Amino acid sequence: MAEKTMTETILLSGNEAIARGAWEAGVRVASGYPGTPSTEILENLSSYEGVYTEWAPNEKVSLEVVLGASFAGARAMATMKHVGLNVAADPLFTAAYTGVRGGLVIIEADDPTMHSSQNEQDNRNYAYAAKVPMLEPSDANEAKAFTRLAFGLSEEMDIPVILRTTTRLSHVKGMVETEAPEESPVERGIVKSPEKLVMLPANARKRRVDLKKRLAKLVEFSESFENNRIEWGDRKRGFITSGVPYLYVKEAFPEASALKLGMIHPLPEKLIREFAAGVDEIIVVEELDPFIELRVKAMGIPCRGKDLIPEIGELNTEIVRSAVTGVPTGKGASPLEIPLRPPNMCAGCPHRGLFYVLNKLKVFVAGDIGCYTLGFLPPLSAMDTCVCMGASIGTAFGMEKALGKDALGKVVAVLGDSTFIHSGITGLIDVVYNKGFTTVIILDNRITGMTGHQPNPATGKTIRDEDTVEIDLKALCKAIGVKHVKKVNPHDIPATMKVLKREINRPEPSVVIAQFPCVLIPEERARKKALYQVITEKCTGCRSCLKLGCPAIEWVKLTDAERQRLGLKEKQKGYSHIDPMVCNGCAQCIKVCKFGAIEEMERAP
Amino acid sequence: MTGNFNIVFSGVGGQGILLASEITADAVISSGLDVKKSEVHGMAQRGGSVVAHLRFGKKVYSPLIEAGTADIQVAFEMLESLRYLALLKPGGTVIVNTQKIPPLSVSTGILDYPADVPAELRDRGFDVYPVDALEVARAVGEVRTVNIVLMGAMSRFLPVTEKVFLDTIRKRVKPKFVDVNLEAFRKGREMSAAPVA
Repeated sequence: MAEKTMTETILLSGNEAIARGAWEAGVRVASGYPGTPSTEILENLSSYEGVYTEWAPNEKVSLEVVLGASFAGARAMATMKHVGLNVAADPLFTAAYTGVRGGLVIIEADDPTMHSSQNEQDNRNYAYAAKVPMLEPSDANEAKAFTRLAFGLSEEMDIPVILRTTTRLSHVKGMVETEAPEESPVERGIVKSPEKLVMLPANARKRRVDLKKRLAKLVEFSESFENNRIEWGDRKRGFITSGVPYLYVKEAFPEASALKLGMIHPLPEKLIREFAAGVDEIIVVEELDPFIELRVKAMGIPCRGKDLIPEIGELNTEIVRSAVTGVPTGKGASPLEIPLRPPNMCAGCPHRGLFYVLNKLKVFVAGDIGCYTLGFLPPLSAMDTCVCMGASIGTAFGMEKALGKDALGKVVAVLGDSTFIHSGITGLIDVVYNKGFTTVIILDNRITGMTGHQPNPATGKTIRDEDTVEIDLKALCKAIGVKHVKKVNPHDIPATMKVLKREINRPEPSVVIAQFPCVLIPEERARKKALYQVITEKCTGCRSCLKLGCPAIEWVKLTDAERQRLGLKEKQKGYSHIDPMVCNGCAQCIKVCKFGAIEEMERAP
Repeated sequence: MTGNFNIVFSGVGGQGILLASEITADAVISSGLDVKKSEVHGMAQRGGSVVAHLRFGKKVYSPLIEAGTADIQVAFEMLESLRYLALLKPGGTVIVNTQKIPPLSVSTGILDYPADVPAELRDRGFDVYPVDALEVARAVGEVRTVNIVLMGAMSRFLPVTEKVFLDTIRKRVKPKFVDVNLEAFRKGREMSAAPVA
């Protein structure tokens, strides 16, 4: 891609900038698992020539793959969202001991406010706990620059480097200065160094001591790192800040002094002391935990922080301004009471049929992470737990073990195809091995939906849309030892109901694969589908179809005149209407209408 | 405060908000200004309320618009024009698509869709331009140009010439859709020639 080699200033998102920075640094192997807000990094990187990119089954595998690439001398990168680093934490902590050969960079994306996450853990704590350096850029331009320099830093210090981004960096576009790519000075090849790479106790104890030395060198680096910098201004008040909160500080208090930290672990203590000596008062502005604040206080430097700045949710200029001044800004118009618009499954989503059935069966649904978590929302209201990737199976099985036979027919686990591969398989092995009777429903919509349609090992396609081996979920479950594995089409509500009734009451493990492609994947979008309409005269206003919660079906209130004109019964309050612009022709509504009031529509020419 | 120009794009996931804000950002960049554009991806996109912030000026720090400082809101759906009002400055401009997409609580008959949204906006002192963008898009022969129609209506209020917008569309849109998008943009731009009293 010739155009990508030019030096120019272009508009990139933080995620695109990270991909660009990695490419400029000569990254050769990159692996990740999709997760908002990190997903676009790897997707974008896969469009560059000369870089091997892959979606791994989960973040642990992804980090292990890039660690291996680093051992072979290649610059390598793993990408994941904040909770993904929990999954990858096992290799992370020991990779700090082994160190690297080729530069190894882990990009992890935090999601303060939980725009699309189940918690808002502050992953800066991982840098301290795993004893690895962490960089934190503030905008897309820094994201590119920091990613680029992280690879060299990793090689120089013999340690993995974590780069932390947050939603308001990953998904914010800004101007980025691009540069020409470079090559790693490290030679690729097999180099045996077992005392460094075999972490049995005797070796690990030595590497632990070495890690301490490497961290001491990193402190020196941090002290002179040009992206840890003091911006002197008014000396009455000085802010210590990093990442996106730096931008809010600059916007709210452009005149104040600021210590901007581009490297937040290890911290530059001397620089912090120099800053503290130069200002009357210090306020630490950071999102989520008091990570910097606690360390500044531990240095014996008085400062304010979380007594002013909220520790929950993301910050913005207004929050920082009013927290520091103590005066609410109150500039905007007062809010109105209007109907909320929570996200909803798409019209024609195959998950809807399954959750409609689960709602009717009144079972306890141990759920999981994906688009289908929306099955929690009314009117489907058919999800009772959602904790982390793959947790559905283990939690359902645990309930069973707690309740014994009383749980039979009352508890099911529901998870998506990609989530099952990520970390559901081991849960299913536990069910079989330890003689459970859990029914596991795999929602196989042939794609990883929520994060924007990434292929996974069950789709038969790679990140670059190349053909590959497609995991046979049915055969896999059988191989684990599940005797009863059934496939259903969740759009066929009566058939799904019949299969589920049978399987959840079975005193043996069973898997139901509810298979139909996501309505948003290109093949499905292109497929000609019949549309459906409500024959108003036949609609009794029973509202059964509304219980699907389909965005295409709308309740129309009847006026007296309309009721007479249509010849409907006096007690009928309204009727259903299908918006042909929204309908995706899944025909689930036909199956739930007892009055035959929904019919196929004649296609407009 | 910082002399930045702030635009809020609001609407429902799947309405083409990201593309419209993208083209606007590109047009602004060709005028040599600093730009930041904030979006939300992931779960919110599944038919939920979606908002994008676009800021430009000599130097932009925060990616998010501070309450009470947005110059313009482009609302792709009528109800959504009311959701982010706190971001608008007093007397700010609202381009509002008169298309209604009922949220589930409304379509299932539990809550009512707010009556006369443009009037509500005018009562609050905003400069309101209602646009039937779906109808305009149909008239130019491509319903998928709703976002471009609204961008056209918005473009009049930006310190960027019409030519820059048209050139940006030419660059961003697939060749066979260029003409219909240019037409949608021009028709949209006509729609905001004067506020509707």
